[in-house]
Amino acid sequence: MNFDFSDDQKLLRKTAREYLTEHAALSVCRAVLESDAAYSETLWKGIADLGWLGTTIPEAYGGAGFGHLELAVLAEELGRVLAPTPFSSSAYLAIEALVQFGSEAQKQQYLPRLARGDLIGTFAHAEKAGHQGPRGLATVFADGALRGTKVAVPDGDSAHFAVVTARDGDGVVTVLADLSGVGVERQTVRGVDGSRSVAVLHFDAARAQRLGQGNGWALATQLLDRAAVLMAFEQLGGASRAFELTREFCLERYAFGRPIASFQAIKHRLADLYVEIELARSNAYYGAWALSNDSPELGKAACGARASASDAFELASQEMIQLHGGVGYTWEFDCHLFYRRAKWLASILGSASQWRENLMQRLEG
Amino acid sequence: MDFNDTPEEAAFRAEARAWLDAHVERLGPDERAVGLAEGRTTPGGLKRAQEWQAKKADAGWACITWPKEYGGRGATAIQSVIWNQEESRYKTPANIFGIGQGMLGPTIMVHGTEEQKARYLRPMLRGEEIWCQLFSEPSAGSDLAGLRTSAVRDGDDWILNGQKIWTTGAQYCKWGMIVTRSDPTAEKHRGITYFIVDMQAPGIEIRPIKQINGTSGFNEVFFSDVRVPDRNRVGAVNEGWRGALTTLMNERHSIGSGAAGGPDFNDLVRLAKETEWDGHCALDDAGVRQRLAGFYIRLKGLQYTGYRTQTALSHGVTPGPESSIGKLVGAPLRQEMAGFAVEMQGSAGALMDATFAAQEGSWQQSYLSSPGLRLAGSTDEILRNIIAERVLGLPPEIRVDKGLPFKDVPTGPRNG
Repeated sequence: MNFDFSDDQKLLRKTAREYLTEHAALSVCRAVLESDAAYSETLWKGIADLGWLGTTIPEAYGGAGFGHLELAVLAEELGRVLAPTPFSSSAYLAIEALVQFGSEAQKQQYLPRLARGDLIGTFAHAEKAGHQGPRGLATVFADGALRGTKVAVPDGDSAHFAVVTARDGDGVVTVLADLSGVGVERQTVRGVDGSRSVAVLHFDAARAQRLGQGNGWALATQLLDRAAVLMAFEQLGGASRAFELTREFCLERYAFGRPIASFQAIKHRLADLYVEIELARSNAYYGAWALSNDSPELGKAACGARASASDAFELASQEMIQLHGGVGYTWEFDCHLFYRRAKWLASILGSASQWRENLMQRLEG
Repeated sequence: MDFNDTPEEAAFRAEARAWLDAHVERLGPDERAVGLAEGRTTPGGLKRAQEWQAKKADAGWACITWPKEYGGRGATAIQSVIWNQEESRYKTPANIFGIGQGMLGPTIMVHGTEEQKARYLRPMLRGEEIWCQLFSEPSAGSDLAGLRTSAVRDGDDWILNGQKIWTTGAQYCKWGMIVTRSDPTAEKHRGITYFIVDMQAPGIEIRPIKQINGTSGFNEVFFSDVRVPDRNRVGAVNEGWRGALTTLMNERHSIGSGAAGGPDFNDLVRLAKETEWDGHCALDDAGVRQRLAGFYIRLKGLQYTGYRTQTALSHGVTPGPESSIGKLVGAPLRQEMAGFAVEMQGSAGALMDATFAAQEGSWQQSYLSSPGLRLAGSTDEILRNIIAERVLGLPPEIRVDKGLPFKDVPTGPRNG
């Protein structure tokens, strides 16, 4: 039984943590939140220079040729520091889409620049509030042109291109659209987490090329499954860090003559939170296994990983504020950085309730 | 990341499976192992359990983690996991010897005299003598050290008076291990002595306790001037708490679920499919689907946490603290699932008749049985304290009875 990361992967974790401890203090996240910047360009460049973007890109396309387990490790470390960069959009969505479904020409065109961080990619899917299903897709792709609106596109303002889902006749397709091309209008919109950006994209006869073959909805589903697992590790990182900071605070904060961590109500809440995070970790690990083994279990595993990680990080961030007391509610304290990020991550890629419904369909399938 | 056995583990598993294949029938795909309660209470269940235990003992498959000198194989923790995994796939009687073999035998190995080890361990391993644990009392459950059953020295013997409670199997056990109050003037942890007691000794009265689910798995055991020879003392006088801790530590060492029996997630989905809600099945209802998915994800979280623990054991490493969450999560989850299953049944959820109730009333039974799991073997609340203190390193509870002679510790509201 080897249901754990390898020693090499653990070493990668160690070096990633060291780098991010030095270069991604929470003040970096806060700086993006408090400014108009879409992301931290310094941190982005540093990450790119380390080659992290190329983790799952084959060497032939300028990547490091590692795998999803390594990417999961990096995802968790980036999640711990609430890294304010487009890493998830590029690495878990755009790069994943190209490596899995791209043609040779598309891989050559995009992957090397994605690996270097010169290009940022994303995935444009949801069109309005609610659970996005194939029937509700209004964006249309016809004669090489894309028409429609996508909302809540992560990094939609900084990305150079996007994988977009659209209706094609009776079916669904996924296409690659150059976001700086004619017919694309981007609106950066205010998000619940100002340290990450979301945009609304309007396509009006924008040129796009088909990505992948066959049923586009099935392809989009696969892409979402894969991204969900990787995102679950970011959520796990955020939840763990929120938990650790909260625990430390409770040990240092005194009331009634003793640390508040000595009050049983607080001990029990922290124990419960610990348990939720561990369950989410176990579900995420299973997702990582399924992803790295291309297992037919991936669909169910992704649902479990995402739903439990979303719930765990949301809970951790709520408890973080509550257990900090009044100061947890101030702008000055870091609690709200986690609170915002937890909600943002729980929303992008679809909510936990959507993924629970997906799970039931897969169990019945 | 994979689920593979190491070559050594694979070989061990194959050896176990080969022996089991030769001696007992394998469970069919839809069959379930005999539950513990069934094993204890069905007529002939005890005898079958003892026969199976003897068979295993003769072949070296009983108590495999015990040292060879006591009849075991000196197996590692991971080998024990593998053996349990394999054995659970066969139509064996339930293992009713777990308390003795899992906790009390190991206690005797650490704290017992050579005479005690020679006399008691082999019959325990073979299932010839069954053991019970006499720990909790009406006034001492979570606060076990607050126990009051007294032990007073009388020549070469001790005289025991008092009452134990929640004693599983007392009615068919040959021996018990009992923690007693031997010095009420000492601070509570320092006046405890541990004994082996003959369950047939004069002065012992066993009364079954009826549980809310109607069965009587455990008992009250009354001690009226019960004479126990000093040679049955385990550990030094007034230092029995040390031995008790060893016993309790072994209680926590089981990973993976012992088949608790009862309906499971697949049964719940089947129930949702078969239950009609105003023209469509409950399984089509969005709310039902959300709850079911939630249960599945939590159950899987537990299962995968078990894999992480097993990985640690496989690598010869002490399992991480996440291995302590199983019962705290699993027990309330069982109650929630049963409660929801009954809820789905609407008014008919009030039925428990095997003929009329859905799935033979098994969910109603599970609902009635489930509160016990949140209480036995450490309550949910104690488990949270343990996680908080030992895993998270948070400060211990303030103890108002610390340093007080036991006789001065408050035990009820003050009068007047």
